[in-house]
Amino acid sequence: MRDFWRSNQQRIAPWLFLLPGVLMFLIYVIIPIFQSINISFYAWDGLGEKDYVGVANYVELMDDEAFYTSLKNNIIWLVLYMLAIPAGLFVALFLNQNVRGIRIYKSLFFFPFVISQVVVGLVFAWFYDPSNGLLNIVLGWFGVDAIAVLADEELVTYGIIAAGLWPQTAYCMILYLTGLNAVDGEQIEAARLDNAKGVKLLWYVILPQLRPATFIAVVVTVIGALRSFDLISIMTDGGPWGSSRVLAFYMYEQAFSEYGFRMGYGAAIAVVLFAIMMLYIAAFLYKMYRDERGR
Amino acid sequence: MFPKPIQKSSPWAQQLYRVALPLALLVWLLPLIAVALTSVRSQGDIVAGNYWGWPTSFNMLENYTGIFQQTPIGNYIFNSFRVTIPTVIGAVTLSCMAGYALAVYRFKGNLALFFLFVAGNFIPFQILMVPVRDFTVSLGIYNTISGLALFHIAFQTGFCTLFMRNFIKAMPFELIEAARVEGVSELRIFWFVVLPLMKPAIAALSVLIFTFIWNDYFWAMVLTQGADTQPITAGLNSLNGQWVSAWHLVSAGSIVAALPPVLMFFLMQRHFIAGLTLGAVK
Repeated sequence: MRDFWRSNQQRIAPWLFLLPGVLMFLIYVIIPIFQSINISFYAWDGLGEKDYVGVANYVELMDDEAFYTSLKNNIIWLVLYMLAIPAGLFVALFLNQNVRGIRIYKSLFFFPFVISQVVVGLVFAWFYDPSNGLLNIVLGWFGVDAIAVLADEELVTYGIIAAGLWPQTAYCMILYLTGLNAVDGEQIEAARLDNAKGVKLLWYVILPQLRPATFIAVVVTVIGALRSFDLISIMTDGGPWGSSRVLAFYMYEQAFSEYGFRMGYGAAIAVVLFAIMMLYIAAFLYKMYRDERGR
Repeated sequence: MFPKPIQKSSPWAQQLYRVALPLALLVWLLPLIAVALTSVRSQGDIVAGNYWGWPTSFNMLENYTGIFQQTPIGNYIFNSFRVTIPTVIGAVTLSCMAGYALAVYRFKGNLALFFLFVAGNFIPFQILMVPVRDFTVSLGIYNTISGLALFHIAFQTGFCTLFMRNFIKAMPFELIEAARVEGVSELRIFWFVVLPLMKPAIAALSVLIFTFIWNDYFWAMVLTQGADTQPITAGLNSLNGQWVSAWHLVSAGSIVAALPPVLMFFLMQRHFIAGLTLGAVK
């Protein structure tokens, strides 16, 4: 036994180290993906018997007004959330100086990312409050009538996204600050000698060097946009009249809330969301694969 | 350095920067400052709509002790710790081992396994929701702290393994080879050679995971119910329902909920940012 271990330990050891992690990950993450796909072909209330219904759930989705609203909102989220990247870069450029106390400024600017989205949601719900919220008080100074952002079907999604951009911009900012720290000073000096400055210098010299930071910023922002759930649940609970739903929220609502426990239908919505996300995951993995082989 | 150091600009620009900096911060944090101010206001101020004027009285002690006496917020906070701390320990432990295996050994399926961890980390929670809830119910740990923590450990292992694997991969491999030549067993190499060098990574991951889990809302809603098991995020949601337009209480509750991760961040700032910006620099 001892001899066997001694001569084979380099082959056995990795599997011993991997076993607990892989097991947990399989049980709680990988297998449930397939189970969800399977459940999406059933009608199921979560307790009783599952009824196989084939693709009926997906067919129903195609005619579901709420599904399209959610999908449309998801796209709005994806597009507008990207604003966090240039905004984060802008704040990072603003803060990338060596003055007294700048470290404290940087941490305080990062603050919104550290606190829970539940708190961010409450803070902004109150910021938008039509009678006493800060937004409407400021609008009042300019003679604009109060707007109930969260009660307006047209505005509500934009209002929630604005709340989401706050922590997300902070996240992108910290990525860019780290990136700017590592920018090659000699290249900048050389470019400055060639009379490059301002936006041109940023575009042609700095941004190419910030590509790793930009890549991560895009990845985390896309995921953040598609995962949007907390803010919607806290700020509007999907309303008014379901107009601020996204797929992640609609799925939760269908699968368990007062609207009934439609696990199969919910699973079908989740599969659609998963398929969208899978495009990004595949692109990300492809890039990682190239990097790994390049090493 | 880019942009040009402000010290090299005109004195006028330097003055402007000196003024713009605190002003920008003020605007940036305005929503939070407003909440902090509201949390010390009196009921009377709230009813009278005095949100932005000077408070008629400072009720900090009253409001903050009030929420602890009148609501189970203390329970919620305690539950958050009970979920968060085991998750940090569990996920970091599992990922130290898995990351080590993926970084040090060459075996068939290494990269595939690694990619599995990476990909799993990005998937939308909703695709896991129904089966995970079902599984948790069938284990009889639905609506328990351990049910929630177990899921978190498993899910966070994905991100942590990605992190640990890349960290170990960047370490000098000669160390491990030298130990092998000396005849040190693989388990002892992990324990005595690699693990001590992983301390910064362990610190970075611990603060990150602490914050992530503390702030988790979705799984708290899916796997727990009621003040006995729900963590503060889900608790705040139900309290918000009870405190309709009692904004001074909502604000005080929000501040209390935000405090632990904020403290964690300020105490461990360097580690926190090192963890978060992994990969942002080549």
